[in-house]
Amino acid sequence: MPVETKAQSKHRLEHVEMRQIVKRFPGVLANSKVDFDVRAGEVHALLGENGAGKSTLMRQLYGLYKPDEGEIIIDGNPVVFHSPADAIRAGIGMIHQHFMLVPTLTVAENVILGLTSKHEPILDLDTVSQKILELSRSYGLKVDPAAFVWQLSVGEQQRVEIIKALYRGASLIILDEPTAVLTPQEVTDLFATLKHMVKEGHALVFISHKLHEVMEISDRVTVLRDGQVIGTRPAKEMTRNDLVKMMVGREMKQIAPQPIRSGPVRLKIENLHTMGDRGTEMLRGINLDIHGGEIVGLAGVSGNGQRELAECLSGLRKVTAGRIELDQMDITSLPLKNRVESGLSYIPEERMRDGAIREFSVQENLFLQDHASPQFTRGIFLDFPRMEAFASKMIREFTVKTPSLDTPVKNLSGGNIQKLIMARELARHPKVLIAAQPTRGVDIGATEYIHERLLMQRDAGTAILLISEDLDEIRTLSDRIAIIYEGNIIGIVDRNEATVEQIGLMMAGISMEEAVHHSA
Amino acid sequence: MPSNDAAPKGRAARSSSIDWRTVVVNIAIPLAGMLIALTIGAILLVFLNVNPFDAYAVLMGGAFGSWTGLAQALVKATPLLLVGLGICIAFRASVINIGGEGQIIAGALMAAWWPLQFRSWPGWLLISTTLIMGFLAGSIWGFIPGLLKARLKVNEILSTVMMNSIAAQLMNLLIRGPLIDPAGVAAGTYLAQSERLPANAWLPRLVPQTLLNAGAIVAVILAVVVYIFLWRTTIGYRIRAVGLNPDASRYAGINVPFYQALSLTLAGGFAGLAGVVEVLGVQHRLLEGITGGYGFTGIVAALFGGLHPLGAIPASILFGGLLVGADKMQRAVQVPSSLITAILGLVVLFVVGSSIWSKRWAARRKIEAVKESEAAG
Repeated sequence: MPVETKAQSKHRLEHVEMRQIVKRFPGVLANSKVDFDVRAGEVHALLGENGAGKSTLMRQLYGLYKPDEGEIIIDGNPVVFHSPADAIRAGIGMIHQHFMLVPTLTVAENVILGLTSKHEPILDLDTVSQKILELSRSYGLKVDPAAFVWQLSVGEQQRVEIIKALYRGASLIILDEPTAVLTPQEVTDLFATLKHMVKEGHALVFISHKLHEVMEISDRVTVLRDGQVIGTRPAKEMTRNDLVKMMVGREMKQIAPQPIRSGPVRLKIENLHTMGDRGTEMLRGINLDIHGGEIVGLAGVSGNGQRELAECLSGLRKVTAGRIELDQMDITSLPLKNRVESGLSYIPEERMRDGAIREFSVQENLFLQDHASPQFTRGIFLDFPRMEAFASKMIREFTVKTPSLDTPVKNLSGGNIQKLIMARELARHPKVLIAAQPTRGVDIGATEYIHERLLMQRDAGTAILLISEDLDEIRTLSDRIAIIYEGNIIGIVDRNEATVEQIGLMMAGISMEEAVHHSA
Repeated sequence: MPSNDAAPKGRAARSSSIDWRTVVVNIAIPLAGMLIALTIGAILLVFLNVNPFDAYAVLMGGAFGSWTGLAQALVKATPLLLVGLGICIAFRASVINIGGEGQIIAGALMAAWWPLQFRSWPGWLLISTTLIMGFLAGSIWGFIPGLLKARLKVNEILSTVMMNSIAAQLMNLLIRGPLIDPAGVAAGTYLAQSERLPANAWLPRLVPQTLLNAGAIVAVILAVVVYIFLWRTTIGYRIRAVGLNPDASRYAGINVPFYQALSLTLAGGFAGLAGVVEVLGVQHRLLEGITGGYGFTGIVAALFGGLHPLGAIPASILFGGLLVGADKMQRAVQVPSSLITAILGLVVLFVVGSSIWSKRWAARRKIEAVKESEAAG
């Protein structure tokens, strides 16, 4: 595959169709007779809850999966893709949610990864860089070809991914939840680029579950639910409520803002410092008080110290300086086990890695911390009847959908696993709760339920730190919003005080005074 | 790596209905794997001008064709099972214990020394204390690499292999020096073996005229104990949690390095018991080659049994039988022992490898179930 012909590809896709696509996975019908098409010069949004089959559908278009039934037709000709290489050759590119870049290589090296050089076996990085700069100029994708990927921000890395696809001559580009990791400003930039690409005649598929973004960027919207197409409509004709109804099959409850009834300070963080995994200082003097009966949302672009803060609070990471108090008790050097006993609960960000054990049953996962409590043991033996009684109660109370208590959690949906983790962490009636990305990758129904539960817990007097990359979520739930940037809290605002734009500016490192001034 | 899916569920006993089609497939597929392995083995035998049917008749008949053959198979199955039980514990914690050989030697050394110090004790006391002391000796041999892993993150595969060499050389030294049989010294033969143990330290023989001894019963009882330990106690629960997901275990406040070290210590203890049983039940003294390779074959037997203590029982009997049959085959049809090892290796490869087909079959059944519900709905 010579580089130059791909980059200069004159071939353009006019109309890509997927007809009656059926895809099954063990135990799941992921796509059921799905029709989908996209034309040059349009953005076609694919909207649906997690698990609705959006990514599965697009992975078939990109050659990662083969459809069980149905066909893919490009400009009138049926095609079969055996691998992404076939799809790329046909002019299809995909920007994955998790970037496929090698951090230790430069931008140019990443762009040509897997391609054959014109002067094989000699790399011709100068020509490549030239071409990258051309692409970056014509599409407004600012990128330095010589920069190493690890030096780039998430938004920049995404631009590299888009350039990668364009470099390979992609005429149809699939974007899988491209805004999930971006700040509001970066989203604006991305949308400008996307609009430019459409004008150039590219076809774009935009996978998302964020309604306002879909309505802003797309020409047509296809809504998927449980693997089936609910409808394809022009975006202009749709309201937010129409789309929600199509996605969920019912209207959403509105979470009403509630009066703040905060009590005494339950979690006190003083001048907290810590080192990150790479030996750099990730927290640089965090100060934050959280009162009982209050939710403080921690907003910020990921990688600014949120994970490290959560780990310091839960006792998984050593604090280099500073102090943490729980109900006036110094817990700075207590191990996690004792903090849990003192009334701290933690919902970790990486649900499947840190929050649950895939192969363990629902019941076993409910007892990860409390299996040794005298309530559930007789000596060193586990008291199964008592554990079962407690587990069934929790499952019912937290509406975890599972065939049985013995089902391994890997067979449950993300939303149900999260409810299970919530059940486990809230059953202890914690004094302080750290909830990191509690609804990431969770369907709307479960999200709604998790939000209600967090509010209930708040009303019960728990001090809650909500760490989330979803600004909407933070704004809906939090009483106060703290913005973290490069290991510092650079601003704390009341929910109703700040605009999205101000929060966005602070997430980009602009101080509170400037942000207010800027947007005023 | 051991596959955890293959293992029976901890509380399988409670599952209400048994899917007989699945059971049949799960038996048929490994059998087919075994047949393929034996077919390839047959081709190798033909190259050596040996009639494969004769050879296989001896291989199978040797162990499972007569009562004495079966008794011999069980004698070999006993240490395999004991080592395998330890392997189940270690591998369930995702700790790879390659140190069975050294741990067997540690237990055997204890068994060759302890009863000589307390000759006058009654048999039951002498035997039971020797078992306990042998377990402790083996667990020390497992604890050292466990501690190195927990404190210094030393890879346990390397350290346990090195502990094997240390134990082997230590034994060589001791049975030629402090532990050497005084009778051999008196006779001037200086055989590298320890003194014959007093008869009250011998494990009772179960079948006259065979080497089958009470160690087999001890091993089966311990298999049940290990099963209860792993699935019914808080410690076993933590060991399994650590093995399946160390991150989530750490997040749940479980001391991951501690339970890794503990599992390696227990694994060493069980291998140590294998050494005790060989000394008290079979040889009645310590001599070179006491381990018989059980430290390695026990790993295979445990994997074959799905890393389940109860699954390890039939797996150990099978491998014990194959070892006995292989001995006889070597003598009867004059094939080099390395070829027999190769055939056993093929059997393991194909039967363990065939588990992927069982899994695919299970996945296909799930898809069919979805299709059915589609059609119904």
